[in-house]
Amino acid sequence: MFETLVSYLSYPFVIHALVVGVLVALCSSLLGTTLVTKRLSYIGDGLSHVAFGAYAIAAVTGITQNMLVIAPVTTLAAVLLLRRKQRSRVQGDAAIAMMSVTSLAAGYLLMNVFGTSSNLSGDVCSTLFGSTSILTLTQSEVLLCTIMSIVVVGGFVLLYNRIFAITFDETFAQACGLPVGRYNLVLAVMIAFVIVVGMSLVGALLLSALVVFPALAAMRVCRTFKSVTICSAAIAVTCALLGMLTSMLANTPVGSTIVVFDAVAFALFMLLGAARKG
Amino acid sequence: MTRLACTDLCVGYSGMPVAEHIDFCIGDGELLCIVGENGIGKSTLVKTLLGIIPPVSGELQIDYTGHGKGVGYLPQRGESQRDFPASAGEIALSGRLVRIGPRAFFGKEDREAARRALERVGALEWYDEPFDRLSGGQQQRVLLARALCATSSIIVLDEPTTGLDPEATQSLYQILDSLRADGMAIIIVSHDVDAAITHATHVLAFEDVAPQFFSVADYRAHRHARLCEVE
Repeated sequence: MFETLVSYLSYPFVIHALVVGVLVALCSSLLGTTLVTKRLSYIGDGLSHVAFGAYAIAAVTGITQNMLVIAPVTTLAAVLLLRRKQRSRVQGDAAIAMMSVTSLAAGYLLMNVFGTSSNLSGDVCSTLFGSTSILTLTQSEVLLCTIMSIVVVGGFVLLYNRIFAITFDETFAQACGLPVGRYNLVLAVMIAFVIVVGMSLVGALLLSALVVFPALAAMRVCRTFKSVTICSAAIAVTCALLGMLTSMLANTPVGSTIVVFDAVAFALFMLLGAARKG
Repeated sequence: MTRLACTDLCVGYSGMPVAEHIDFCIGDGELLCIVGENGIGKSTLVKTLLGIIPPVSGELQIDYTGHGKGVGYLPQRGESQRDFPASAGEIALSGRLVRIGPRAFFGKEDREAARRALERVGALEWYDEPFDRLSGGQQQRVLLARALCATSSIIVLDEPTTGLDPEATQSLYQILDSLRADGMAIIIVSHDVDAAITHATHVLAFEDVAPQFFSVADYRAHRHARLCEVE
């Protein structure tokens, strides 16, 4: 088994896939802490459905560089949703539900009626649950994912203290003269980027697992913002690596394998947290 | 020295007035208590004082000389996030955001300032404690330290003692008294009139007519007269 692994690792595209997987997991876990504590976990879920709708449009209209469609549409949806949330929480909730089911339905309808692909259900399945093999990522996808991840990680590190202030207490941040609206916008764009890069790894339906699980697991054990952030990043990267290696060796779908590892990690940290308290 | 002055100020949201004809001023070493029923425009006034919403009309002047550009703020309890993973130190430090300008990270002096602010309110021992494990009174002190990190001239407290036990309330007022003695201007919004005016130097009363500004002695007389009227 070890030898198989080493032989796999000698292929550059395997390395590429691992790099992308780790970056995606890292990005989503960084934003996860903010989204979970701001009670915005469902935004990631809603947006990934929008991204599926955008993917369908790209597929039907025959645009091969589908990221060029998915990225702007998802970003726009993220901005609209966060704007809405500032005005009213309850309606924002419903707006997301509507937006996500509509794009899911419309996306599938579009692909079904106008789809040119001979393997329709295969296409739909890999968009929803991630590429059956992560090795099918194209060179340009790898590059785009890497650039977007660097933007998200860099943005998060530079804005860390401001994101903390806005997440903990928006009113105080405003009183400090922080342009909270603008930072929420930046946050929305970063979330959209994460959704777009994450979709190629675990697929639209499973994406929020990458966002939510590491942060929730870390929050069971760590009690400061810094330690939660670092711990969730470590959990996410570990689970992504374990998941990808397992999927290569055992020939399982990569997205679901990673998510199962994340869920197990959450369970472990929950027990650890309970043991500490008790 | 006058720190903050309102002249015929009208506050409200997107041009719609909530409270009008507000006139008052507060100087260094004074404590203004804003009293009145809920929904009468106290919180709107606070948001205006903090610069979160612009005044509808009238004038609001704040003297920032010698101090950062922010007004320190202690929000109503429950406005900040519940079960948020943060230590008291991290929260106090976030008040320094006002001072770091475009810099991305806090420096050594910011950390020291956060420690000093926590010490000032008797909360330094909880520096590494998780915020949500502290009691209500302890949390308020940490948030007060955060406000002190943002400013050293004027702080606004919105219902700071709601939900606190008498002992915690008393110790919070003691801290405010000592800050005032150090020359800070303090504005408290409160519906607990009796406790607040014991410590106030001035009162802004939102009653049925336009908000009236009193010295605390005049307000006692005014209140007494009103109570007699009712009887």
